[in-house]
Amino acid sequence: MELFFESLFNGVAIGSVLMVAALGLAIVFGLMGVINLAHGELIMLGAYTTYVVQLIFKLPALQSIYWAYILVAIPLAFVVSGVVGILLERTVIRRLYGNPLETLLATWGVSLILQQFVRSVPLAYASGIIFALLVGFSFPFLLPKKLLDGPSSQLFRAVGWFGSAIFGILLSGGLASQISTISRANSRNVDVTAPKWMRGGLEWMNLTFPVPRLVIIAMTILAVLAVLWFLNRSIWGMRIRAVTQNRSMSDCLGIPTDTVDVLTFGIGSGLAGVAGVAVSLLGSVGPNVGSSYIVGCFMVVVLGGVGNLFGTILASFSIGLLTDLIGAGRLLSLWPNMPSPLAATVDFFATTSMAQVMIFALIVIFLQFRPGGLFPLKGRTVEA
Amino acid sequence: MIFKASTLPRWALLLIWVLIFAAIFAAPSVLPVFRLNLLGRFLSLAIVALGIDLIWGFTGLLSLGQGIFFAIGGYAAAMYLQLTSSANEINGIPEFFGLYGVQELPGFWEPFYSPIFTLIAIWLIPALLAGLLGNLVFRNRIKGVYFSILTQASLLVFFNFFNGQQKLINGTNGLKTDVSQLFGQMVGSANMQRSFFWLTCLLVILSWFLLRWVVRGRFGNVLIAIRDDEPRLRFTGFNPTLFKTIVFAIAGGLAGIGGALYTVQSGIVSPQYMTIPFSIEMVIWVAVGGRGTLLGAILGAVFINYAKSLVSEAFPETWLFIQGGLFIVVVCALPEGVIGWLQNGGVRNLLTRLGWSKPISTYPKLQNSGIDEVQP
Amino acid sequence: MSAHLLELRNVNVSFDGFLALNDLNLSLEAGELRAVIGPNGAGKTTFLDVITGKVRPTTGDVLFKSRSIAHVSEYSIARLGIGRKFQSPRVFEKLTVQENLELAVSQPKQPFSLLLGSLTAIQRDQIQHLMSIVNLQSKSRWLAGSLSHGQKQWLEIAMLVGQDPDLLLVDEPVAGLTDEETELTADLLKSLAGDHTVLVIDHDMEFIRRLDTSVTVLHQGHVLCDGSMDQVQSDPRVIEVYLGSGEVEN
Repeated sequence: MELFFESLFNGVAIGSVLMVAALGLAIVFGLMGVINLAHGELIMLGAYTTYVVQLIFKLPALQSIYWAYILVAIPLAFVVSGVVGILLERTVIRRLYGNPLETLLATWGVSLILQQFVRSVPLAYASGIIFALLVGFSFPFLLPKKLLDGPSSQLFRAVGWFGSAIFGILLSGGLASQISTISRANSRNVDVTAPKWMRGGLEWMNLTFPVPRLVIIAMTILAVLAVLWFLNRSIWGMRIRAVTQNRSMSDCLGIPTDTVDVLTFGIGSGLAGVAGVAVSLLGSVGPNVGSSYIVGCFMVVVLGGVGNLFGTILASFSIGLLTDLIGAGRLLSLWPNMPSPLAATVDFFATTSMAQVMIFALIVIFLQFRPGGLFPLKGRTVEA
Repeated sequence: MIFKASTLPRWALLLIWVLIFAAIFAAPSVLPVFRLNLLGRFLSLAIVALGIDLIWGFTGLLSLGQGIFFAIGGYAAAMYLQLTSSANEINGIPEFFGLYGVQELPGFWEPFYSPIFTLIAIWLIPALLAGLLGNLVFRNRIKGVYFSILTQASLLVFFNFFNGQQKLINGTNGLKTDVSQLFGQMVGSANMQRSFFWLTCLLVILSWFLLRWVVRGRFGNVLIAIRDDEPRLRFTGFNPTLFKTIVFAIAGGLAGIGGALYTVQSGIVSPQYMTIPFSIEMVIWVAVGGRGTLLGAILGAVFINYAKSLVSEAFPETWLFIQGGLFIVVVCALPEGVIGWLQNGGVRNLLTRLGWSKPISTYPKLQNSGIDEVQP
Repeated sequence: MSAHLLELRNVNVSFDGFLALNDLNLSLEAGELRAVIGPNGAGKTTFLDVITGKVRPTTGDVLFKSRSIAHVSEYSIARLGIGRKFQSPRVFEKLTVQENLELAVSQPKQPFSLLLGSLTAIQRDQIQHLMSIVNLQSKSRWLAGSLSHGQKQWLEIAMLVGQDPDLLLVDEPVAGLTDEETELTADLLKSLAGDHTVLVIDHDMEFIRRLDTSVTVLHQGHVLCDGSMDQVQSDPRVIEVYLGSGEVEN
């Protein structure tokens, strides 16, 4: 029984990371029919953001509140990945609307560039660039509208960008001089050290729950609740749902579908950033960290079906649980008297990568019976 | 465009073919062995690209998992070569088995003692596997992006499988072929490599003719119809699943052939041939060359790989930036690829836009609907 | 057994609890020309979807030539002899007019016969004949995508006829056509009846009247009534569903 709960817990933890990451992918896919192959790299950016924030909190001035860095890292990772995602939407994906396969290829190009970017640009300067973009884009929203509509709007915009560039340079310089580890380009993996309260585990009824995993689960619950609240209760959420169901009708009703696209993409990408924080708590962070999660996310989207977040949630937990059950060979410990040929088979698949093989086979079999995933779309809209 | 994209003008085609043959015959004497070997490898990749063009350019199926079939073809060839040259090893089986304490040859290696079986297996096993996997997906009407990410996932799955099985196929180390023997010669020797180069050239041309025969005529039109409106085709009485399975199997078989040729020319096959980036790269060769144009697939594969090897030698760091940029630029700015652009009168349009050439007069009605030019 | 060419028996189709077809019974005789009308949401398109196999009946059965086709795949139904023209014209836009027709007349429609065989002289003549009927001979090498809306409609009808089906299902063939084109289309459909069985769905009452044939009215997935155009138009139930029941209540 203890084994069972431990397995359940691990499965839920694995599923949680998958879920936050896949949720972002699924929202964007549902809205625009676009799979973003750079999603993994947005996860990576989130993980690196955590790393940089953690280094900043190690500085003498902030040492006393080191325990709290995770609270800063989560929103910051959301914003960083969100802004990069929005940038991606504005510059590339927007041109390819209606060509999902082409989008797949273009976003792969972006992912290659992002990977090489973190390899060859020192993190201090990368932070500066992203910070400058962040400030630059938020300027128009901060300034009073009058200034931007007036005759000298061009001037104000230019000044805004100039200012953000200065901010960026200052930040880069500051970071580079204070934290030597990120002043040079580094393509090797780095480790995020958890604050003291997050090390070790909680004991409860003879069971040990590692704290980082508890944090990840809590983070996931919060993220999912926030997304559900936003989509179901807020006015913009309603607009997003409307555009998901019928884009041209929404357009006619005066919903700014452009803005909805940007917003959705920003949120989807931001969720990837949050997943990145979770990823950094589980292992080391490197330029390739995202690509190891992305295929899992695809499996969730395929299994969960389109346009139903509940499907995404259920699918990620099933995949998480199965990964743990098969990959850690827990079936054997749960059922020690298994007949030997079956036991040999279970043993054969008892590594994480072989578990993936098994799960994929199971998904392909599942799709033979339910081609649309767990919650397929029904009715006349399916195939025009 | 009002008419179907015609091929290039006759003289241009002729010129291209003359150049190609001249290049093939001149290459062995002009190029140093190292470069010749590289060219041979790129040409084997061109065979894979031709297959991708068939399924993506004509039929609209974007497979991100051609590496599976490529690697399996390579493994089939490598297993044969390992067996032919391991008679003197302990137990008479390939050396690496000793590392993992394997005494007996695993059963599935046995048939690869036969050269004829191997020659058939190189294309038949990938083709059958592609047909099976494809059919499982197509019969459920899974298509578009779903199909693409499923192929990518299956690629990862095969990578994991081959990477993890040391006792069966030497896992992550792969199988070496360059020191193995074939017809009493080292496979890695200059002589052998030159023969492989000729063989590759021959197979590229044969594959090209095969595909040209497939895509011309009504069969090819069915493929285009599948790409553009599959449900409609079903109501016309065609079974798209069958057609898709067939072309996916053909593409798989071609990938297997390409993989085998690549393996004997690079001296090793390993799970690295099944990595996700490599399989997506294959797609971009076709995209740059021009999908839906067979020549484009060949030229794209050769030139991009050549550029890659040049750039990686000089500035290894920048290649990923360049490649990433290539993906974006081709998709956004040159969706029909270089050959497609030439076929659609790209040069003339460019000259016209620059003001160096007069616009061709068109029917006024056509100008209104934004159609650039009319062929007589 | 029944001698009807097509028979729908107590067909129900439900989408998540919504009944698109509700206990629908309908039969067609060989050689008949039948028009089906009905207000929006009456289930006209679902009705065609059920016959062509795109949608499976939830309960009930569809018989074609006395054989159940309720669970036969779309392409097999097409090969059995049911052809369909879609509401908005759907032709293969990247193929030429000639190639579109070649695909339609090809027999058998198997991959290897397409690869290895070639069109027979009879089929070639048939293609020329079809093109001359719909007046597209001069555009045989045009891409179908560059045809005008009306020409696409006609090309699709020509493809339908080229398939040589026993039963032609025609969904709104005159939407977006000029009066003259509408007239020609009506004549074309009338001339097809007899050799073929034709079922036409349309909103356009003038066009239906011109067909001069028996009319079936669908309402909420059910056959409301049938008869000649005049009979149908004077039926109080038809007037009610077309004008809305709200007025009657007021």
